[in-house]
Amino acid sequence: MDLSWLSIADANTRWVLTGASLLGLSSGVLGSFALLRRRSLMGDALAHAALPGVCIAYLLTGTKHLGLFLVGAALAGLLGTMAISAITRYSKIKEDSALGLVLTVFFGIGIMLLTVIQRQPGGNQSGLDKFLFGQAAALVGSDVQMMTAIAAGLCLAVFLLFKEFKLLAFDPGFGAGLGLPMGVLDLLLNLAILLAVVIGLQSVGVVLMAAMLITPAIAARYWTDRLGMMTVLAGLFGAASGALGTLLSQLGPRMPTGPLIVLAATLVFLVSLFFAPRRGLVARLIRFLRLKQQVARESALRAVYELAEGAGDPGAVISLEELRRRRGIAGAGALAALARAGALAPAAPGPDGAPAGWRLTPSGLAEAHQLVREQRLWEVFLMHEGELGGQAAVDRDGARVPDVLRSELERLLRLHGLEPALTAQVARKEGA
Amino acid sequence: MDWYASGSIIAVGALVAASAGMVGCFLVLRRLALLGDAISHAVLPGIALAFLLTGSRGTLVMVLGAGALGLLTTFLVQSLQRAGVQEDAGIGVSFTALFAIGVVLVSLFAGKVDLDLDCVLYGEIAYTPWDTLVVGGVNLGPESLWIMGGIFLLNTVVISAFYKELKICAFDPAMAAAVGINVALVHYLLMGLVSVTTVGAFESVGAILVVAMMIVPAATAYLLTERLGVMLVLAAAQGVVSAVLGYFVARYFDSSIAAAMTTVSGALFALAFLFAPRTGVVARALAHRGLRRAGGELRA
Repeated sequence: MDLSWLSIADANTRWVLTGASLLGLSSGVLGSFALLRRRSLMGDALAHAALPGVCIAYLLTGTKHLGLFLVGAALAGLLGTMAISAITRYSKIKEDSALGLVLTVFFGIGIMLLTVIQRQPGGNQSGLDKFLFGQAAALVGSDVQMMTAIAAGLCLAVFLLFKEFKLLAFDPGFGAGLGLPMGVLDLLLNLAILLAVVIGLQSVGVVLMAAMLITPAIAARYWTDRLGMMTVLAGLFGAASGALGTLLSQLGPRMPTGPLIVLAATLVFLVSLFFAPRRGLVARLIRFLRLKQQVARESALRAVYELAEGAGDPGAVISLEELRRRRGIAGAGALAALARAGALAPAAPGPDGAPAGWRLTPSGLAEAHQLVREQRLWEVFLMHEGELGGQAAVDRDGARVPDVLRSELERLLRLHGLEPALTAQVARKEGA
Repeated sequence: MDWYASGSIIAVGALVAASAGMVGCFLVLRRLALLGDAISHAVLPGIALAFLLTGSRGTLVMVLGAGALGLLTTFLVQSLQRAGVQEDAGIGVSFTALFAIGVVLVSLFAGKVDLDLDCVLYGEIAYTPWDTLVVGGVNLGPESLWIMGGIFLLNTVVISAFYKELKICAFDPAMAAAVGINVALVHYLLMGLVSVTTVGAFESVGAILVVAMMIVPAATAYLLTERLGVMLVLAAAQGVVSAVLGYFVARYFDSSIAAAMTTVSGALFALAFLFAPRTGVVARALAHRGLRRAGGELRA
């Protein structure tokens, strides 16, 4: 392995690392808003559209100066956004086609200019091709100072206009109703996204810059439901990806920085997708399994109760045979779990040592009574839904009876003679 | 001017543009333009891996690798959507990640594989005439011409064979499902065509510019007609015209040929956008003025 990067680490890597982290920070922060505005791919279009701007800036001035490139890129990007909105507004072409069209045509023009420049004498030294996939190692002190200024400006702007941008992201109609200039704010947000794209061009390159706007923001979305937190997290994720990708690219001589930064961000996204608390896939799977277990447990407990009710004896031993004959009863697992929780007690072990039947314990009886009562109230509600249904909001997934109807339903329950017959009092009387 | 070289470059460019333009019509109509964009980026790691694993540059291997990745992208986007990621972000995350993997693979093994990043971006259509297909000692002309000819034929045959299904799915997927068409299958068929066209065009015009050849001619044709059959023909024709004009523009400026074709295609779109009869910006402005004048006369 080439270890010469270790020596760079002292002199230059600090600049490069700072630059890459800054770009990750600002694009993560602005990406959050782009994501919520469903404009994620706008960044892609802006980045591709910037290429001809950079090339024209070089052709006009003949110098390689980052500031000029950024101006060119910003102007071209602005032209690109205007073209997209003009196409969607003045023709029947939909936004996705307009985006793809502007993106590829601007990029085609950019590549054409780039090849023209490269075939000029001395054009190969222009370093313009670094803009395609990014070359963080080419960043120098003055570049990073400029990036710092822009990134700081962007973060400050987001901080100051946070409330306005939040309205823009969630409910522009309401914002307009409050008398805020939503059109101007939208333009400002687009400009800010454009600037974030522009400072990323040199490290990540035009082709993959979109990922820096999308990936950290979507990763942050998994960890929080609050926009402020999401913005901060997206900024941190972006900065971390920038730093990690840059370090990785120092490992080999031909490793392109941009793709590695993007892959680092993708890694953060994958970790979030799977392991974020609450919204992550693993957490969702665990919640689903728990719910399944709970449903199985409750239906087993209700079954034991109703069979005992049929026998008229709260202490009746219900055999596995009887339980199996009822529909919808989960297997032995749910019964064993109920026994561990102290709601059921095994009775009379059979020849193989497994319990031949189960009966309710006093605490199990109380819980089962409650469960069965709720279930029957729900059934009564369904029977009378035609008369009662319109009166209250109903939680159908939870099969929960609306509270305002509870007393009416309890009356109907008694009327139908469905009141659960076994109660703790009955059990005590029998025992005594 | 070398007639053999120019002719074969223009012919390959025209075939790429015509094949891509026809497939692109369905992408534009079904609002899948960005999925097409994503697939064309995402086939890169498939091509790179196929190279690395087999060491061959055979067309079949490349088609398989890229086709697999194209379908994987479609699948990834749908899975992410089902996992609660909004569609545009899902597309963005999947294609950038896959493309990044592709670029890293190509850079890491740049010495071993005959692939470079310039080729990925804007192809090597200029080398077409010298990459010839030799069968049994007989020189049959440029290999790309045969490949793209085959893909053009494939697209034409598949689109004509499933014309009705594709048409109903493009305009009204719910009705398509109601009359018993397997909408998902038609979707994957279309994405399969997109992937195959991308691979075929990959060597000639690069992974990114092939999207231009899908979307731009189709969007131009969309402005000019309201009939799907006419739109397909117009898109193919727009592609061919862009290829021919683009070649001469590229020769004049000494630039990348594929990029010049894209630029010309964009210019043709701009013309249609401004001057299309009835729907163009100018026609609409005139109609608007005519209406206003008629209104004024009525009032007077």
